[in-house]
Amino acid sequence: MLQEESDLSLIIAQIVQKLKGSNLYSQLERQAWASLQRPEIKLESLKEDIKEFFKISGWEKKLQNAVYSELSVFPLPSHPAAPPEHLKEPLVYMRKAQGSWEKRILKSLNSMCTELSIPLARKRPVGEQKELLNKWNEMGTDEPDLSLFRPVYAPKDFLEVLINLRNPNYENGDSLSFRTHLGLIQVPLKVKDIPELKECFVELGLNIGQLGIDDSTQVPPELFENEHVRIGQKVLAEQDSAAAQQYIRQGSPTALRAELWALILNISSQPEDVLYYEQLKTNVIQHDLLVDSLIYKDVKLTASNDDYYFVFEDYLYQVLLCFSRDTSVLSHFAYNSASPPKSYIRGKLGLEEYAVFYPPNGVIPFHGFSMYVAPLCFLYHEPSKLYQIFREMYVRFFFRLHSISSHPSGIVSLCLLFETLLQTYLPQLFYHLREIGAQPLRISFKWMVRAFSGYLATDQLLLLWDRILGYNSLEILAVLAAAVFAFRAVNLMEVTSLAAAEAVLADLSTLKKT
Amino acid sequence: MAGKVKWVTDIEKSVLINNFEKRGWVQVTENEDWNFYWMSVQTIRNVFSVETGYRLSDDQIVNHFPNHYELTRKDLMVKNIKRYRKELEKEGSPLAGKDESGKYLYLDFVPVTYMLPADYNLFVEEFRKSPSSTWIMKPCGKAQGKGIFLINKLSQIKKWSRDSKTSSFVSQSNKEAYVISLYINNPLLIGGRKFDLRLYVLVSTYRPLRCYMYKLGFCRFCTVKYTPSTSELDNMFVHLTNVAIQKHGEDYNHIHGGKWTVSNLRLYLESTRGKEVTSKLFDEIHWIIVQSLKAVAPVMNNDKHCFECYGYDIIIDDKLKPWLIEVNASPSLTSSTANDRILKYNLINDTLNIAVPNGEIPDCKWNKSPPKEVLGNYEILYDEELAQGDGADRELRSRQGQSLGPRAGRSRDSGRAVLTTWK
Repeated sequence: MLQEESDLSLIIAQIVQKLKGSNLYSQLERQAWASLQRPEIKLESLKEDIKEFFKISGWEKKLQNAVYSELSVFPLPSHPAAPPEHLKEPLVYMRKAQGSWEKRILKSLNSMCTELSIPLARKRPVGEQKELLNKWNEMGTDEPDLSLFRPVYAPKDFLEVLINLRNPNYENGDSLSFRTHLGLIQVPLKVKDIPELKECFVELGLNIGQLGIDDSTQVPPELFENEHVRIGQKVLAEQDSAAAQQYIRQGSPTALRAELWALILNISSQPEDVLYYEQLKTNVIQHDLLVDSLIYKDVKLTASNDDYYFVFEDYLYQVLLCFSRDTSVLSHFAYNSASPPKSYIRGKLGLEEYAVFYPPNGVIPFHGFSMYVAPLCFLYHEPSKLYQIFREMYVRFFFRLHSISSHPSGIVSLCLLFETLLQTYLPQLFYHLREIGAQPLRISFKWMVRAFSGYLATDQLLLLWDRILGYNSLEILAVLAAAVFAFRAVNLMEVTSLAAAEAVLADLSTLKKT
Repeated sequence: MAGKVKWVTDIEKSVLINNFEKRGWVQVTENEDWNFYWMSVQTIRNVFSVETGYRLSDDQIVNHFPNHYELTRKDLMVKNIKRYRKELEKEGSPLAGKDESGKYLYLDFVPVTYMLPADYNLFVEEFRKSPSSTWIMKPCGKAQGKGIFLINKLSQIKKWSRDSKTSSFVSQSNKEAYVISLYINNPLLIGGRKFDLRLYVLVSTYRPLRCYMYKLGFCRFCTVKYTPSTSELDNMFVHLTNVAIQKHGEDYNHIHGGKWTVSNLRLYLESTRGKEVTSKLFDEIHWIIVQSLKAVAPVMNNDKHCFECYGYDIIIDDKLKPWLIEVNASPSLTSSTANDRILKYNLINDTLNIAVPNGEIPDCKWNKSPPKEVLGNYEILYDEELAQGDGADRELRSRQGQSLGPRAGRSRDSGRAVLTTWK
């Protein structure tokens, strides 16, 4: 009892601390002061009256949403004496692996920089600044010579690192057989099995209505869809984050989705947010970063060639270039096992006073990174709002897909979950694929790293991301990946090579996520 | 008769030929006995021209109506629609209702258009009312964006002035006739780009009107960002969405071909604008297609040997109002991307399934009422026979906004016109 109480007060203290520095706090203060003018506020019962006022005017709801948002994002403190690294990642061997992976990436970036003799960052001359400002809405038409740039890494490079992860304290003397894990990932992490998954994802059960299935033309709308839409509108009217998160587990109606996601992520476009985005834009205009070219190249290679997203090419530049310069993103490294790479001012290598984070937001984009943003363009067409939503999605979910950690939503756990599900429930298929040299994870890894963006039709993808938001977890990606294999199992049993297996699974666009 | 269908075509496109061959039909030449002729528009002119006296027999069908140009020539389409509106007005039909400024409430779906040189003076009068407007000049008889240009000054079209002393061309020649329409300079933009909609509509008979809409239409995007700036009036990459033009642009991409499916468009609009306005937009699109067909139905030679698959070009403006730009009798069967090829192949496949039932030797006397199962990706857009069974006043009630039920946009009764709220 005592432990729980002290845990709770610790959490409360932490959240209060965080919120005190936020915009909401000053707004609440101002509202409280202004409310003193109101006739219903009496000196004798000042505290209760103000609280009542907050409740009626909707400010209490906003505060509630903010608290809920913090709870969703920040991990619970484990032990008061735990050092900050533990918050990032409790297991030492994982931290070490992440550290060496980061060194590799940075080395690759630096050597590209030296090879091409391009500085990591430089200030743009005034003429160039003006030009860029004019072209801000159509950067896609720019055709810089990107042939010498290569993406810093691709998902398959990352997979190799994960395959070689080992826990030094774990000695599995057994030879590989069906009693051990036959997949590529060989670390002993706890993942959920089907009964646990069923319990966790109870709203996805067969007896509960879902959008994406129960709103198809064959099903009369009175059965589920109409009621579901009505509830959605009510949730939006109430502006309740937690309710929205619960609601969206059954899928979001297309017309309500943009607002629901903003509510769940606790994003409201305040003037300060627009200003902040404009400030980032100015940073882009004034300075040119090497990663900008990486971003350009990535967009040109991926989103520009995509049937659904090519239309939004220019939005992608506007979001990603600003994202690289956003130092507020650095705060998520407190709970991300990764750490932002450091670079040194020219000539001052090793001197800490001259160290800066590079890129300013600490995130080095890899091949396919722009696909995290692309689906959001279907929902938001105002650049600063699009930006905010993407940033929040990144610091809540996407970062876990490309950093090494033991978190249940981290990519390592997702891979293990996928392989375990497949090995347990489709052993014949798993064995067959392994025999022909087509380990299933080699095929599904890229789907999960990109959260299926670019692999599913957009309407299906958005339904999938509804569930990620609803359950505040990425485990559903692994479950979907396993389900895809199950769905195509018959064809897969007949293939005899990795290439053929890839071909069978190449086109997921017709799959309806059920 | 269990003979194989004999086909001829003068359009050498694989999407056609593959479809014929997969049905086991036999290719013949046009001088032999044929059952099915997929002809180009030039050929149809010859077949039905008075001089040749060609008589089609009961087991022969062709893919064009003899005087399809009433709908597919830009000037005749506008003429027929104007005539149709006037007729409805004379009858006192509520469909021809107008608002305070004299604009048609339900039938204003073609941008203001004049024929040149015939209506030159009328045009000048209109032009002077809003001198900052932009107008688009289109040659009546051409396609694929050929010969189109934009003007914003009267001097740019001095040639077509009837009084012009320098007019040196023969104004009676059909080839040189132009239409000039008010340019829609506020198109709906997505990702900053202009696009138009290409929808396929199959008409099996005009009287009674029976038409089908292909569910898989697509949007064609310009490769360059849209700007109404006058300095870019000459840049056809900004303004004309025809693939024939766009594919010569620097940024043309051969993987997606600058095309989006209509379902993508729907998803985007529902997500960013809401479901009601999106459904209303699509309803309006169906409405204007049916109205355009009704407008030409009385003058169309409803030859029982004919069916036709039209390519409708529609532009949506930033107030989500659809505008009918033109109708093509011979929509391109060239494929610009892999997806395109699949789409056009399926289009022809479904068209043939409806026009030549069971793939057997056709008999023109059949009632042209295919069962629901063969429609494939087509949906019934409007069936006059079925509609007349329901009473005509439903038509106006829904036009005036009273919904017919919770799902006004999609009727669930099987066999009924699925896409219309009005009968």
